Amino acid sequence: MGHSSSKINENNVEDDWSNTVRFAGDSGDGMQLTGGRLTFEAAISGMGLATFPDYPAEIRAPAGTTFGISSFQVRFGEGLIASSGDHADILVAMNPAALKVNIKEVIPGGLIIIDSSSFTDRGIKKAGYDENPLTNNSLSGLQLISADISHLTIEAVKEFGLGNKDGLRCRNMWTLGLILWIFSKSVNETTNWLEGKFGKDSILTKANIAALNAGHSYAENTEVSEDIIRKVIPITKPTPGKWKAITGAESLAFGLTIGANKAKINMTLCSYPITPASPIMHYLANYQLEGIGIFQAEDEIAACCSAIGVSYAGGLGVTSSSGPGISLKAEAIGLAVSVELPLIIINSQRAGPSTGLPTRAEQSDLMQAIYGRHGEAPLVVLAPKSPSHCFEIGQQAVRIAIKYMTPVMILSDAYLTNASEPWLIPDTSKIKESPVSFGKTQENYMPFERDPKTLARKWVKPGTEGMEHRIGGLEKDSLTGNISYDPDNHASMTDLRKQKVQKVQKELSDIVITGPKNGDILIIGWGSTNGPISEAQNTLSKSGMKIAHIQLSCLWPLAESLKNIVTQYNHIVIVEMNDGQLFNLLRVEIAPNAKSITQVSGKPFRVVDLIEKFKTLNK
Amino acid sequence: MGINEKPSQLKPADYASDQEVRWCPGCGDYAILNAVKRTLADSQADKKNTVFVSGIGCSSRLPYYMSTYGFHTIHGRAPAFATGIKITNPELDVWIITGDGDSLSIGGNHYIHILRRNLNCQILLFNNEIYGLTKGQASPASRTGTVSPTTPQGSIEAPLSACEVALSAGATFVARGVDTAIKQLVPTLSEAKKHIGTSLVEIYQNCIVYNDDVFKSFTDKSVAMEKQIHLEDGQPMLFGEEKLKGLAINKDYSALEIIDLKKNPEAISNILMHNKKNKTIAYLLSQMDQKTMPVALGVIYCVEKPTLDSNYTKKLNSQKNNIRKIMEKGQTWTI
Repeated sequence: MGHSSSKINENNVEDDWSNTVRFAGDSGDGMQLTGGRLTFEAAISGMGLATFPDYPAEIRAPAGTTFGISSFQVRFGEGLIASSGDHADILVAMNPAALKVNIKEVIPGGLIIIDSSSFTDRGIKKAGYDENPLTNNSLSGLQLISADISHLTIEAVKEFGLGNKDGLRCRNMWTLGLILWIFSKSVNETTNWLEGKFGKDSILTKANIAALNAGHSYAENTEVSEDIIRKVIPITKPTPGKWKAITGAESLAFGLTIGANKAKINMTLCSYPITPASPIMHYLANYQLEGIGIFQAEDEIAACCSAIGVSYAGGLGVTSSSGPGISLKAEAIGLAVSVELPLIIINSQRAGPSTGLPTRAEQSDLMQAIYGRHGEAPLVVLAPKSPSHCFEIGQQAVRIAIKYMTPVMILSDAYLTNASEPWLIPDTSKIKESPVSFGKTQENYMPFERDPKTLARKWVKPGTEGMEHRIGGLEKDSLTGNISYDPDNHASMTDLRKQKVQKVQKELSDIVITGPKNGDILIIGWGSTNGPISEAQNTLSKSGMKIAHIQLSCLWPLAESLKNIVTQYNHIVIVEMNDGQLFNLLRVEIAPNAKSITQVSGKPFRVVDLIEKFKTLNK
Repeated sequence: MGINEKPSQLKPADYASDQEVRWCPGCGDYAILNAVKRTLADSQADKKNTVFVSGIGCSSRLPYYMSTYGFHTIHGRAPAFATGIKITNPELDVWIITGDGDSLSIGGNHYIHILRRNLNCQILLFNNEIYGLTKGQASPASRTGTVSPTTPQGSIEAPLSACEVALSAGATFVARGVDTAIKQLVPTLSEAKKHIGTSLVEIYQNCIVYNDDVFKSFTDKSVAMEKQIHLEDGQPMLFGEEKLKGLAINKDYSALEIIDLKKNPEAISNILMHNKKNKTIAYLLSQMDQKTMPVALGVIYCVEKPTLDSNYTKKLNSQKNNIRKIMEKGQTWTI
């Protein structure tokens, strides 16, 4: 038995195909890493791909319990791969709890790989099963590879003198070996990677390679291979160049940095640790970039205030957080609106209210972003639609904040922050430089005199001779900036602040419509829902429906052109992961007859669900 | 103009903005404002590099009255703004203007952390033991029993000591002054300005409307000499009309006590010499009970330690990576 006798599905039935593999285990089982390696294998073959790490808020919940299970889902293939997959074709479950939590994610006929040694009476009970799920027909209609992965791994690494505990750490590599075999891949790339990571001569490297090989040859040599349909990852040719898999957090860190570099200004990220926003601070701390600093503040409020202090002194202040932290920053953001200084606020949205679901995505902070400050305090709200799009949005946020002397809020979310996709590393030398022009010494300086085009005031930093002036949160005279309680002046300043933010519309490129320019349905989404919406639209378009899609990346100010666009379709439907916040906004501002599709499960939309809903709408 | 002054020299009045001062007539803030302007004039401070940052409250209006740069921010947060300013431009001379409510209540967290980090700036804490701008409620610095709109039967809480908190938080410069005692206040502010690190100056400030005369027991001219001790580094801790009272350590209680040298001239050898680097004595000085002991004024504690802004700048200057290089790092593949 072996390679020659197993069936290989060449995946050439249709042009568009994809495979979704989900790895699940205890937080310490290394499933994120295993998933990351398969992602890389798909990436170097030129596959389109999307990943979805899903982990609990607890760091190390008790082993073998359902609430301690973390997972990593990767979907790769050809055609439009914008979402990380509705269902898994293959589930790797390292223990009964991982099986219990994830079994409903597997498609009928899908493949389940389990470590049989964990299915003891105790393990089964701990997962909350009444009886052994492997023997009670609950897996009927699914394929199963049940291997004693623990035992086989320990056998494989025995010669390196690793104890049971350390030996078992290599279980994920054994599993990866098996998965690579299923996808007709050799172990070479991962072997190289391990050698590079831990050093060629390290015991750790040798043990992991031994486990990897053991998993691979187990599949090759045992009868397990007989029934399993192997798959081939074909080599495709996307845009030539240097690629890497990038998460939203990294992409945003890159985008902001490029933005600051092109503006020839130092940037400081002032933040306070919070899930799921912290990776942005970790990345920037780690990069050690010229002119890019981080400051870990004592709390969320101090983080925002110190970022404003940075901008006041002539740097670019950025603060990042998630829902609860953004609430705390609200008063300070209002001050930045009032004194008209550049500031970038990143909200990696998570499910709320209150502490909510810290590791799960939701888009329920939209109204907070647009209106969530006391007083009339308008600012710019941008939303990236994919991990790689974070790179563009980061740069755009910097440009707008500086040009219009305004706070800009970036609405990311828990999904975008951690999800990854292939990214063609751009040639940043082609991005235009636009150095900041700080206000220089002049006669009769008026701190709140404005550029008629942008309505922005001058950015004069302390240290500038003869330009000494005072700013603050009290209402200011519209020219001198001195405290003013004059009623007409307040009305005029309120209007000026509003008009200034509206002028940002000029910065926005034309709205991109995917699909026909008029027709039955126009879907409007924003942020991370782009993946599932695009795929649903793509599928329905192919089946003949006149369906179009817009993913808004600027939520405030809203593009004037939207008003005309929406008149060209029979149905306008707003899709979002909240209780209808953009829907309510657009009903008032743009499309009174719009309909709403929402989901607040903390999980991304499934493409199949969206397709059903769009079909129903069009009946 | 003095004989040795050049015509180009800045006078205290040159540090005033054109804005009308809007504190209540007789408010201690006027005296402090004058002391600040004199301090700046004494060192010929460069206006363009001077920034006054304040929170919210009566005291926090001060930046509007200066002709330097100024930022009137939000309640309690001035230290956080100052931190952002100094890590961006350490050349700026930053003065934080705050009150007891602003820094010890709503801004308590920032107060301890700026001191812990030792940001190179001055904090002038105007302590009037009351919320003035909101019309007279008890503050965390108010004494137990203080009658106010929110404590009509007298405050049931214990007050917080700005200097003790500062010392515990790791302050490198702790001093005290009295609003109207401008002769002593100006040199104290000058010391604060010179110190490299966070310089905390607690200024007893009389709120004429809501807490008038709260410090009378030691600031009234008739008792000031007996109830105040002006500390000078390296000098014996003497006070009183004839400087015949001194402070010594009571070894039985590990506390400060008053030695009357008139009655007990040979005890002169027991009188403490002020050593501004001695933190234990600094605690004892700042803890003295106003009822039985004099109030310690001047520089209570001062040591040198690295500052946040210089460490931050050093770190930032050592960072040389280029974004292009970082973007290409990690697991990449070429097609």
